[in-house]
Amino acid sequence: MNAPRTPVSAPTWWDEFTTAGSSPNTAAARLHQGNILYIENVTVSFDGFRALNELTLYIETGELRCIIGPNGAGKSTMMDVITGKTRPDRGQAWFGSQLNLLKMSEPEIAEAGIGRKFQKPTVFEHLPVFTNLELAMRAPKGVWRSLVARLSGEARDRIEEILVLVGLAEQRDMRAGALSHGQKQWLEIGMLLMQEPQLLLIDEPVAGMTHQETERTAELLVALAGQRSVVVVEHDMEFVRSIAKRVTVLHEGSVLAEGSMAQVQDDPRVRQVYLGA
Amino acid sequence: MAVTANKRADQVVYGVLLALAVAVPALNLGVGESSALHVSTYTMTLVGKYLCYALLALSVDLVWGFGGILSLGHGAFFALGGYAMGMHLMRQIGTRGVYGNAELPDFMVFLNWKELPWTWYGFDSFPFAMLMVVLVPGLLAFVFGWFAFRSRVTGVYLSIITQALTYALLLAFFRNEMGFGGNNGLTDFKDILGYDLQADSTRATLFVLSVLALAGGYAGCRALIDSKFGRVLVAVRDAENRARFIGYRVENYKLWAWTFSAMLAGVAGALYVPQVGIINPGEFSPLNSIELVIWVAVGGRGTLYGALLGAFVVNFAKTFFTGALPELWLFVLGAVFVLVTLLIPQGIAGYFNREARA
Repeated sequence: MNAPRTPVSAPTWWDEFTTAGSSPNTAAARLHQGNILYIENVTVSFDGFRALNELTLYIETGELRCIIGPNGAGKSTMMDVITGKTRPDRGQAWFGSQLNLLKMSEPEIAEAGIGRKFQKPTVFEHLPVFTNLELAMRAPKGVWRSLVARLSGEARDRIEEILVLVGLAEQRDMRAGALSHGQKQWLEIGMLLMQEPQLLLIDEPVAGMTHQETERTAELLVALAGQRSVVVVEHDMEFVRSIAKRVTVLHEGSVLAEGSMAQVQDDPRVRQVYLGA
Repeated sequence: MAVTANKRADQVVYGVLLALAVAVPALNLGVGESSALHVSTYTMTLVGKYLCYALLALSVDLVWGFGGILSLGHGAFFALGGYAMGMHLMRQIGTRGVYGNAELPDFMVFLNWKELPWTWYGFDSFPFAMLMVVLVPGLLAFVFGWFAFRSRVTGVYLSIITQALTYALLLAFFRNEMGFGGNNGLTDFKDILGYDLQADSTRATLFVLSVLALAGGYAGCRALIDSKFGRVLVAVRDAENRARFIGYRVENYKLWAWTFSAMLAGVAGALYVPQVGIINPGEFSPLNSIELVIWVAVGGRGTLYGALLGAFVVNFAKTFFTGALPELWLFVLGAVFVLVTLLIPQGIAGYFNREARA
């Protein structure tokens, strides 16, 4: 587009979007950026069972997309393919128009700007909240660099900023293991944000949350979209309705319907397989 | 806070080690045998042995307590370091052996070998042997870890492979054809760098060197743990997948911690051999490796000082019981392990300092 595209490890074209207060120039560029994720005809089989069946899906830059579907619809497998955990039998997966996800390892994909939140909150239980964020920070991740790494004032500020954003400023020195379930989920989202990802994949963020926590999470996710693309996989329809502009329904490994929540709900096929009405 | 608690513990560790390094040799060499304050050479050597064990325990704590890699084969790295030292000491015997052969150790003459196997080349040189003390265990650990961690072998499967590794080495070193003295191992050492190994002054020097190695190893591990590397290592232990998705090459972190740990174990073995005067394949026994994991579990893993504490406590108990009630020792060891696991899963150190554990 507007800048030469470079290999993964070098500063990449989205860096300019990830910093707060990006210039009008880049904001304009973003509008024309188009899709950030292309999944085309992806098929994954496990022992003959087709977890994904010719799945084709595009995510726009800056979009907040909710993905719903009954158990076994292939939601988690799709996440696995995007993050490099599972290699598909067939198909294509591109991040932007230059990065072939199927040729990249998990850390490479993470480094390139895709962050993933697991269903079960996974944080570093024995490390303080602050350190959890520190480790997640976008920074050289090599062994030798880690031996001599020192936390700069700038990095410290960035961590404090995220602590406030996810509402854990008071818990900064607590062990992550001592946080409540909801707080762990937010910490994990905070860790994703420290990576300054361009695309966030979030698996069932409100499972097991209280009503207030769910609301707070909805606000957080809506606030995150725009600067980055956010893909949320969720079962809680109330929650999906409260945040989603566009919803994709997966069924038996491929897209059954796509559109606004209202459109999707009116779709007779969706009613049949998922809403059960 | 955990950090200040660790600082206090570190001060105690360095203080005790300094006191040992000064007092024990002084009371051995400077105080007459008739005095009540005299420390016998036997006792000094015994404590020196414990110091080597403590360094070995430290190396296990680094990978197990912080990296979550339970090695049941760390005795192999210890033994390899010991063999490297033993081979140098064998070459130092020269013509003083039973057969008076300047070139070949006694057991090779006995086996009717005509020339030194290539594996022994260079070991007459002290610097070369010292290099091998860290290089051989380090290289083995690197190659082993390269395959194991890259294939994402973790947990109990990895533990079993480490056990197999040390068992395979045990069998290999038992064979005379290997050229490392078969089941007798290497012994009958005379001197080290020209100093008589039986002399009190040499023993005292080895003792002080053991203290220094332990203090150095401790400081090195502490620096490693306090660095971002250490935090990543703990992160890998707590949630390996999360660390991977954040962008850390988990296998590399494990690999280097593992390799460094093996080198520490090698140094411990090298200091152990001249003090006990023998190295044989028994050191590769899987039981040894399991026992040393128990030291760390009892002392408290994930604290560094807990490993030291555990090595001393369990080995003092072992010395006492194998002297007083030899047939009971294994039962005591088993009981201690079970009780510690049930009652104080974080070990002695964890019991006294719940906060300090990383």
